[in-house]
Amino acid sequence: MEFIYLAIPLASLFGAIVAGFFGKQIGRSGAHCVTIIGVAVSFVLSLLVLKSVAFDGAAVYNQSVYTWMISDGIRFEVGFLVDGLTALMMAVVTGVSLMVHIYTIGYMHDDPGYQRFFSYISLFTFSMLMLVMSNNFLQLFFGWEAVGLVSYLLIGFWFKRETAIYANMKAFLVNRVGDFGFLLGIAVILMFTGSLDYYEVFERADNLVAASMQIIPGMDWSVITIACILLFIGAMGKSAQVPLHVWLPDSMEGPTPISALIHAATMVTAGIFMVARMSPLFELSDTALSFVIVIGATTAFFMGLVGIVQNDIKRVVAYSTLSQLGYMTVALGASAYSAAIFHLMTHAFFKALLFLAAGSVIIAMHHEQDIRKMGGLKKYLPITYWVSLVGSLALIGFPGSAGFFSKDAILIATHNSTVWGSGYAYFAVLSGVFITAFYSFRMFFLVFHGEERMDEHTREHLHEPPAVVTVPLILLAIPSAIIGWLTIDTVLFSDYFDQAIIVFSEHGAMEALAEEFHGPASFVLHGLAPGPTWLAAAGVISAWYIYLRKPGLAATIRARLEWLYQLLDNKYYFDRFNEIVFAGSARAIGQVLWRLGDALMIDGLIVNGSARLVGWFSGVARQVQTGYLNHYAFAMISGLILLLGWVVLG
Amino acid sequence: MYADWPLLSLVIWTPIIGGILVLFAGDRDPSGARKIALVVSIATLLLTLPLYTQFNSGTHLMQFVERHEWIAAFNIEYYLGIDGISMPLILLTSFTTVVVIISAWEVIQYRVSQYMAAFLIMEGFMIGTFSALDSILFYIFFEAMLIPMFLVIGIWGGANRIYATIKFFLYTFIGSVLMLVALIYMYTRTGSFAIFDFHHLRLSMTEQVLIFLAFLVAFAVKVPMWPVHTWLPDAHVEAPTGGSVILAAIMLKIGGYGFLRFSLPITPDASAELDWLIITMSLTAVVYIGFVALVQRDMKKLIAYSSIAHMGFVTLGFFIVFRIMDSAHGEQGAALALEGGMVQMVSHGFISGAMFLCVGVMYDRMHSRQIADYGGVANTMPMFAAFMVFFAMANAGLPGTSGFVGEFMVILASFKASFWIAFLAALTLILGAAYTLWMVKRVVYGEIANDNVRALSDINKREFLFLAILALAVLGLGLWPDPLVDVMHATVDNLLNHIANSKL
Repeated sequence: MEFIYLAIPLASLFGAIVAGFFGKQIGRSGAHCVTIIGVAVSFVLSLLVLKSVAFDGAAVYNQSVYTWMISDGIRFEVGFLVDGLTALMMAVVTGVSLMVHIYTIGYMHDDPGYQRFFSYISLFTFSMLMLVMSNNFLQLFFGWEAVGLVSYLLIGFWFKRETAIYANMKAFLVNRVGDFGFLLGIAVILMFTGSLDYYEVFERADNLVAASMQIIPGMDWSVITIACILLFIGAMGKSAQVPLHVWLPDSMEGPTPISALIHAATMVTAGIFMVARMSPLFELSDTALSFVIVIGATTAFFMGLVGIVQNDIKRVVAYSTLSQLGYMTVALGASAYSAAIFHLMTHAFFKALLFLAAGSVIIAMHHEQDIRKMGGLKKYLPITYWVSLVGSLALIGFPGSAGFFSKDAILIATHNSTVWGSGYAYFAVLSGVFITAFYSFRMFFLVFHGEERMDEHTREHLHEPPAVVTVPLILLAIPSAIIGWLTIDTVLFSDYFDQAIIVFSEHGAMEALAEEFHGPASFVLHGLAPGPTWLAAAGVISAWYIYLRKPGLAATIRARLEWLYQLLDNKYYFDRFNEIVFAGSARAIGQVLWRLGDALMIDGLIVNGSARLVGWFSGVARQVQTGYLNHYAFAMISGLILLLGWVVLG
Repeated sequence: MYADWPLLSLVIWTPIIGGILVLFAGDRDPSGARKIALVVSIATLLLTLPLYTQFNSGTHLMQFVERHEWIAAFNIEYYLGIDGISMPLILLTSFTTVVVIISAWEVIQYRVSQYMAAFLIMEGFMIGTFSALDSILFYIFFEAMLIPMFLVIGIWGGANRIYATIKFFLYTFIGSVLMLVALIYMYTRTGSFAIFDFHHLRLSMTEQVLIFLAFLVAFAVKVPMWPVHTWLPDAHVEAPTGGSVILAAIMLKIGGYGFLRFSLPITPDASAELDWLIITMSLTAVVYIGFVALVQRDMKKLIAYSSIAHMGFVTLGFFIVFRIMDSAHGEQGAALALEGGMVQMVSHGFISGAMFLCVGVMYDRMHSRQIADYGGVANTMPMFAAFMVFFAMANAGLPGTSGFVGEFMVILASFKASFWIAFLAALTLILGAAYTLWMVKRVVYGEIANDNVRALSDINKREFLFLAILALAVLGLGLWPDPLVDVMHATVDNLLNHIANSKL
């Protein structure tokens, strides 16, 4: 097995290196072959690992690969921990990534940076695999920053576009704010447990509980709470939680396949995964859990609202990602870690599907992304239409679809949660169901139904993209439809996660859910009763009524609620606030420190000032050296008299 | 086979004598001068390799020791030796010199032999500084290396080079004079100039504080620490590329090395008493200078300021140890901080050198260092852009590159001393990324900004060679720092034991 674990990330890395360094030599087809084979190998081996963990009951694998460094008796290792949680993540990451790789052949067909793109997405897969397979905080941080790096490269892939290179820098910096908290969190853990190895840290977690520290003098805070909140700040960056969410919508500047990769399988899932992995720590702090659930609920509700007013097809999907990540975070805060991971998995499939379908629409529309200029695409793009329908239904939680099971599980768990803030969270996620259904089908109707609003030239060229695009769509549509039904029992209610996820009995949300659960079929039946599903239906019907039935109505509502529209259209002014307050003041502080501190005070006053002082003094002293004999004679005589006087009188 | 060789003398004098030979060969045959210089620098690098391979990392005692009487009247000795602190820096020096010689190959056309000679002679002096165990010998090397650097900036420098050289020289010279006074004072107490005799000299608190301050001025200027840093941006801006590389990669390290060799072991009590001063100066370097770097318009100035910020981690790591040892949570962490500072020095040698070389590559083509004159370089120089982005990421401390290792160690360790110290230090994660990537965005990315950028040609084989060597070093140290850290353990542990004992 050891060889397989090593081969899984290295196969992707190998593809990335070959395509990156020898892209010119191997050509375009060479580049996509080598990377696809690499990721396919990773995927197949990941499935083998998943099988051995899920069905053969393989023991948890926890081994070091090599010792990165030993300093001060602390071992910094690179190593793998493979248990149920890891195996599931590996399969999802490599599976979605493989689909994205294949799809890219079609989507990036004419791009001059073809090889470079394949190299980056394989590197992305490698980074994410290293992150999820890690058995220690060091390697976690490696993967953490590495996905940040690759997302920087990918969002700025079209580096000539001003918006793209602005977005990638913004993404990296906002993530760095999260990483800043994350690094301090790691420091807390190292200080109180003396180790960075997950299992050792979990064993010594009592040290964290017992201790308290003063960050602000006079206020004793529990160390475990500080550690968890700092770690979670890292998750807020990667998993785009308010207020560190601002980078995610802008990441749309990258080519569509990477949007699918970032939003579905890699990067944004890192934070969710990390908190689930750290469940033995988060369980110890109710304060941290409350913090998590409130942040998650805020993201789920408010970011969903923004989705309603977006007109860019990718941005609508992007805001739905933010909102869904909020759902997962709420589940984490409710101690329903397995439900969060379950939603992560189903979401990975249907979100990748929705993005790639949006990409298919964009190709067909000649890179037009404004949904106001689409409409009636159903008859031109039948495959895209049907897979989009599957994806949208999964997203809104249509009974029986993948998203239904995971979302309902989160709703029920939140309802049963007793942690502080769970009432607010339940309200947020429940109303989120309506909002999700509304914006999803607003987009769906505007794109595929109703009046054809594109120009004549575009209409004439509308046709379904080639098979390399549609086949991945179909392959993703299948799990989006059925994976929930097949796996809910295993993932949520068996001992699949075993020791990987720890839940304390006082956080009984999942236990309560398990009592209500009697197999997937009855779960679906239960879903048909008045409740969330009806809310979703209401959302779809509202969207249908406003955007198809009475197309003028949207404008009327908008005019009535102009202030709300402005607020949402400006995304609650987060961007402008950051631009003015953080970016602006940083530049201002820099200017002041440079001009006043360095140039005026240190250089002007002290350095050149002392040079001038010396110059001035020597100028004064020079006056004495007149060169006239009588002056010197006078000075000599005066001195002699003084000396004599001192000797005689003294 | 090396046991009987005077290896340290060889690595000091080979480049110096080689440099003199190059000087005498003159400019009649510039390509011959280049070749001799390259051969000499590679020979020196090869000679330094046994210092690593034959190094015994199990002991803190000095190795490869050479000790001869020199000026008997004052008991001054020719006394050389290395331990886990100095050995990596010597390797860094010989490595960087080779890179600098290659980088100057076609670029320097004016007085080639003198240019090459200056760098070779400087190499010998710098290695001498790192291996001298007699303080007068140290002092002589310490001062002597200023002369070739002074000439390099003054002869091959930019328009405002005279101001920069005088500022550079006066700053560093005034600092070291105070150090000389301190050394002579201790000589009057011990009758010897051997550094180890100073280590064991008992000193009162007042004596220690005065000596500490004298050393502080000398080394803080070299590092440079805020607020005595303003010579560095000027010197870098005016220096030719090779001068900037040596300045950033090696000369700054001599300040950090001095703190470890002199300040901490000779005046441990004063160091503990005044550690707040150094910590404040270091954190100011990280935060204040980080902001200043953000608004620079000249690429070399920006990298110079970023050097100051990164060197802040070195001094922070060295002087945070007292607070860690006093912490209620045990002593673990002090060695982590010290070794982190050391790793940061080596890593900064690679990365800042590479960054200056990158700017040099562009400067050679465009004759401008202004960020505003660039834009969209990636369009015409894709291979160069890949290197530049890689080194920029290393400069921003990305894990997997060497830039991460030292900062990571120091931040982890300083958390134990205080949450807020770690907090301020960790701000570099954001600031470092902000100033580096903002520069990259404006220089490398975007549409082609003007016709000069459109006319750029990508790096040639020679440029590829030295950038690739440095990239491998940065990556290697980032992926596996253990071989570097391992050689330091014994020395660092011994140093920590030493400074834990009061001299009062």
